[in-house]
Amino acid sequence: MSTVVIRNGHLVDPGAGVDAVKDILFKDNRVVEIAAPGKLKLLNGATDVKSLDATGLIVAPGLIDIHVHLREPGQGYKETIASGTAAAAAGGFTAVAAMPNTTPVNDSAEITRWMQASERGAHVRVFPIAAATRGSKGENINDYAALKAAGAVAVTDDGHPILKDSVMRETLAAAARVGLSVIQHAEDTRLTQGASMNAGPMAFKLGLRGMSTEAESGIVERDIRLITELRDARAHLHVAHTSTAAAIAAVRQARRNGLRVTCEVAPHHFLLTDEHIGCYNTNFKMNPPLRSAADRDAMIEAILDGVVDAIATDHAPHAMHEKEVEFEKAPNGITGLETALGLCIRYLHGDLKMPLGRVLSLLSAQPAAVLGLKGRGTLAVGSCADAVIFDPKAEWIYRATEGKSKAKNTPFDGWTMQGKVRWTICEGHVVYTNPA
Amino acid sequence: MSPTASAARRPFHPPQLAPSPFPYHPGSLLSIQDLTLESLNHILTRATALTNQDPLKRDRILAKRRVALLFYESSTRTRTSFELAAKALGCDTTLVSSLSSSIEKGESLKDTGLTIRALGAEAIILRHNSSGAPWLLEECTRLPVLNAGDGMHEHPTQALLDLRTILAHVRPGVTEVNADTLAGVTVTITGDILHSRVARSNMLLLPRLGAHVLLCGPKELLPELAISEGPGVSIERDFEAALRKSRVVMMLRIQGERLAGLQLDLEEYKANYQLTGDRLRKLAPQAIVMHPGPIIRGLELTAGVADGAQSTILEQVSNGVAIRMAVVERALTAGMNGGRA
Repeated sequence: MSTVVIRNGHLVDPGAGVDAVKDILFKDNRVVEIAAPGKLKLLNGATDVKSLDATGLIVAPGLIDIHVHLREPGQGYKETIASGTAAAAAGGFTAVAAMPNTTPVNDSAEITRWMQASERGAHVRVFPIAAATRGSKGENINDYAALKAAGAVAVTDDGHPILKDSVMRETLAAAARVGLSVIQHAEDTRLTQGASMNAGPMAFKLGLRGMSTEAESGIVERDIRLITELRDARAHLHVAHTSTAAAIAAVRQARRNGLRVTCEVAPHHFLLTDEHIGCYNTNFKMNPPLRSAADRDAMIEAILDGVVDAIATDHAPHAMHEKEVEFEKAPNGITGLETALGLCIRYLHGDLKMPLGRVLSLLSAQPAAVLGLKGRGTLAVGSCADAVIFDPKAEWIYRATEGKSKAKNTPFDGWTMQGKVRWTICEGHVVYTNPA
Repeated sequence: MSPTASAARRPFHPPQLAPSPFPYHPGSLLSIQDLTLESLNHILTRATALTNQDPLKRDRILAKRRVALLFYESSTRTRTSFELAAKALGCDTTLVSSLSSSIEKGESLKDTGLTIRALGAEAIILRHNSSGAPWLLEECTRLPVLNAGDGMHEHPTQALLDLRTILAHVRPGVTEVNADTLAGVTVTITGDILHSRVARSNMLLLPRLGAHVLLCGPKELLPELAISEGPGVSIERDFEAALRKSRVVMMLRIQGERLAGLQLDLEEYKANYQLTGDRLRKLAPQAIVMHPGPIIRGLELTAGVADGAQSTILEQVSNGVAIRMAVVERALTAGMNGGRA
């Protein structure tokens, strides 16, 4: 039996409405008691207690990233489940949802179980997201009941958006029947052939082909139309890594119409613009691409006014040699697990004065709600013993070479972060410690 | 309140990016924008001086220095003139082209660059089909890199040789340029602007010297946002109206290899944008006609215009050797005389 006591920390649990200094008691994988400092009652007689002094620190529900690429099976040279989840733990995350664009594509119960097996050496909880269609080819939908039974929490063909209306309609309907969410990477790939950045003045200047904002918003609008026509209250569409003002506007309207449509935004999309690509730096290449300042501002506004349900990193590790190539040839994606908290606190809480509880909610309670992860994203008694303990004032400089991820492809190398993780506790175990 | 307005009201300060480290090497020429007015004048002056110099003395300037030409795309003018220019200064040159090298076997640009450096190359002249490739090559090798055309991005030595050609006709006798040298001169660039690195480099260079650049072509080949490239650039869709204003008419080839599925009605294109003898005589009898080559006779211009008295097409080619002598010399001597010349 493992017992952990966190003493004197400032508990910020937006899901449970707590914002006060507390002592917290975990036994095994459960929050068993929360009390005023020194007032824990259920600790009596416990032996082998791990005690953490969180004086002056924030204690929050373990962060949840619902959009990561862990690259296993098949692409372990980029990242492994072990290295990716070590990066997650270092970033304060206690659960991650892993995308199915592996080799082979995770379109089976077998691979879904394989990813969760203890042999993978995961440091935090991995929730597989399975492929929506066989091989993510956008033609034949998978057996969602079997995938759900194996532990999949959603379905998507991330990176290979489902273009055919008939297939997307069937996907939404079939997923609704078994209670799974459908996540769409919204990109009309018929319009983005050969493109490697956002369409606009910068693309013209750099002589690169651009992806229009309509290629994203067109698919979001199409998907919303399909879910409207479906008239099934259980149907849930989640728009991955929203990057354009038009897509946000579509989500906003869908919500007003009472539809179950949610969306996430990645830190790079509310911090960076296509001008940051500079001299063809491939660490600024991802999909969806960095957009114009107007789109970037729309992401900020949507985060502030509550349309955005989650901050998700789209952690996409690549090997050094894959990114050290011509911009057009470089694979899309950047890492994000180790920088998300530091960027969100510095910019959303620091610059934009968003209350800390709301920032943390976007990184825990709300993403847990998006994917229906029971007992996660809150530290209410009875919940999973997932917590992050961090110093909200500490500033530090992120160095990619010192990170836990195998990959170093980040645009944030050398950036000053705010909020230093001291401990990450996943399911009652301390999975990351960083001495002050 | 619009979303953008209220977001913008709040203080939000992601870090400014550090100034670009490029070019790493003072002898590099990656973008025409890298050149100060001073280095521009240095190149123009040296181009003339080297052209006039005794060839038997000139070839001692860079005797036995090693320059590599790395070409991922076919080329006649640029490759040959760079090679002749380097040899005229005494360099040993070697050509690595994508079709007859290990590039075909999948060797990366980085490894190809490092190999060329290990073979003793002191500068690399790169032609590449991917925009931005010269930046990568320079970062990997830290050698001076001369951009001989990268994708749809830039072709700085073409802009320099075009400038030398324009000066000879429009401002004869002028040896030093400044922000007003080409004041009052309208240069019309017509055709496939979208895919043209020549257009981009000229759009960046000529307005800095006071010229007005008019872009002309159909929407598919000339998007409105082309004018965002910089000041002194505007769009005139009516070719005949543009011709009337022009002292310099630069025609571009339609780049079939970069159209990427774009369908173009060539008969309609010719009707609207072909430079014919008739149009030239009536609308721009004083203008010079330029073309970076290769020309497609009977498409963007007629054979009569290409061979006509107003054409400077072959003069541009000759000026290519002069300009490239100057930039090769600069590549191998910058840093020796205290920074970027």
